[in-house]
Amino acid sequence: MGKKLLSIYIGGEAVVKIYDNKVEKIRKPKKYRIRRLDKILRIRRTKSEAKILHLARKSGVATPIVYDVVGCKIVMEKISGEPVKHVMNAEISKKIGESVAKLHANDIIHGDITPMNMIIQDGKIYFIDFGLAFIDNKIEPKGVDLHVYFESLKAYYDDWKELKESFVEGYLRAGGSKDVVLRAEEIESRGRYVERVGLA
Amino acid sequence: MKALGIEGTAWSLSVAVVDENDVIAIAENPYIPKEGGIHPREASQHHSEHIAELIASVFSKVKPDEIDVVAFSQGPGMGGCLRVVATAARTIALKLNKPLVGVNHCLAHVEVGRWKTKAKNPVSLYVSGGNSQVIARRGNRYRVFGETLDIGIGNALDKLARYMGLKHPGGPKIEELAKKGRKYYELPYVVKGMDFSFSGLVTAAQKLYDEGVRKEDVAFSFQETAFAMLTEVTERALAYLDLDEVLLVGGVGANERLQEMLKTMCEDRDAKFFAPPKRLMGDNGAMIAYLGLLMYKHGYETPVEKSTIKPDFRIEEVVVNWD
Repeated sequence: MGKKLLSIYIGGEAVVKIYDNKVEKIRKPKKYRIRRLDKILRIRRTKSEAKILHLARKSGVATPIVYDVVGCKIVMEKISGEPVKHVMNAEISKKIGESVAKLHANDIIHGDITPMNMIIQDGKIYFIDFGLAFIDNKIEPKGVDLHVYFESLKAYYDDWKELKESFVEGYLRAGGSKDVVLRAEEIESRGRYVERVGLA
Repeated sequence: MKALGIEGTAWSLSVAVVDENDVIAIAENPYIPKEGGIHPREASQHHSEHIAELIASVFSKVKPDEIDVVAFSQGPGMGGCLRVVATAARTIALKLNKPLVGVNHCLAHVEVGRWKTKAKNPVSLYVSGGNSQVIARRGNRYRVFGETLDIGIGNALDKLARYMGLKHPGGPKIEELAKKGRKYYELPYVVKGMDFSFSGLVTAAQKLYDEGVRKEDVAFSFQETAFAMLTEVTERALAYLDLDEVLLVGGVGANERLQEMLKTMCEDRDAKFFAPPKRLMGDNGAMIAYLGLLMYKHGYETPVEKSTIKPDFRIEEVVVNWD
């Protein structure tokens, strides 16, 4: 069985080593953080990510299979396919909406839904990064989840409005709550200067 | 070409003249609350009482007829303060018969940073009292990639400082205390995608203080947590956009620990770190004048009848047609 390193991606939060037959996600120390905080974050995120990858799969969302977890390293299945970031369209955004509804039905908050964290393979959307995911049953974090996705669309695509609508369509169709969609809208309006100047 | 700029979106009141190369004159008189945080009505009163003398002071260094364009911060900011600024700018423009340009305050921070550093296409971390945003340009607009879900980092620092009995502005006082901090107490680290939140962090830090933890350690733990969050989202934006420059702007950018963390992060991923001189980091009239000049040279003008203030003015609304 080969173990050829094909590429290394230095993400914002972890280094991802892609081999021909597996992927290693390693949370290396960040020198800018003091050691104590750095260690807390890296270990907590690694453990939680491995656990949630598994839970998400059980909820019916395509994710890589976790082979092993060692310290701050997760070894997982390699998903070959196109990064969603490069092939985004309304149909894909709708499918993402359906998957997110499934995650939310199981109280999985992804924490970082962006087209950068997904791969499409044979029409199936794989969620590959659960580094900031957590479990919560409240409307607010689910609303933030949607808000984060909408913001990433806005930042990256000119037709973000259409992509957003398709997502909402898929989300609602797959059982996502209308309240969560409304909350996402409210969160957007909250992020304005007037309310932030607030007096303490 | 020379531009006069007036800034006064919140506590700062500043009038400046710049040309293409540098700041020629600047006069400032910030509003400092007697106690507590910024009081919007007091701030606008302060601005209306002092704007005339600042304009006179600048005009004692630069002749009024040398001015080619009058710029003012049209928003975002506090309504009352913005109105004082807009009224003064309209008056000068009409009196001198010069064009008027209303500019976006956040964009001015970014552009003055690019002007005074070698940053070309940076991810900008804009940190001030009311704003905390990660901004980068996509095509002909700047976009906000991440921002606070509740309060700005400056407000968060002020709130904590006031709670511990320190006077406004709290940021520099927290910075001094933090230098003497020794023990790190874990505080809520809240990053969601590229967005972040500070209100839970403030509450938890206040609780530490209530429990008798040394002020120095509270300040240290707060800074280490909050600035790590800001550095992390900046790094995520670099990775996401595949960029290799970071520009730090806004008043909180003067904090040396925040600068150090961003610098370290940049070194570790072969990116370049830039920050404008301290005097141009916080709110100031020069950045407004500079952006006004830049926009005027690229065909922008704000007719008086369209110069109404925009308290919710978002950076994304401005079409950018310059390099």
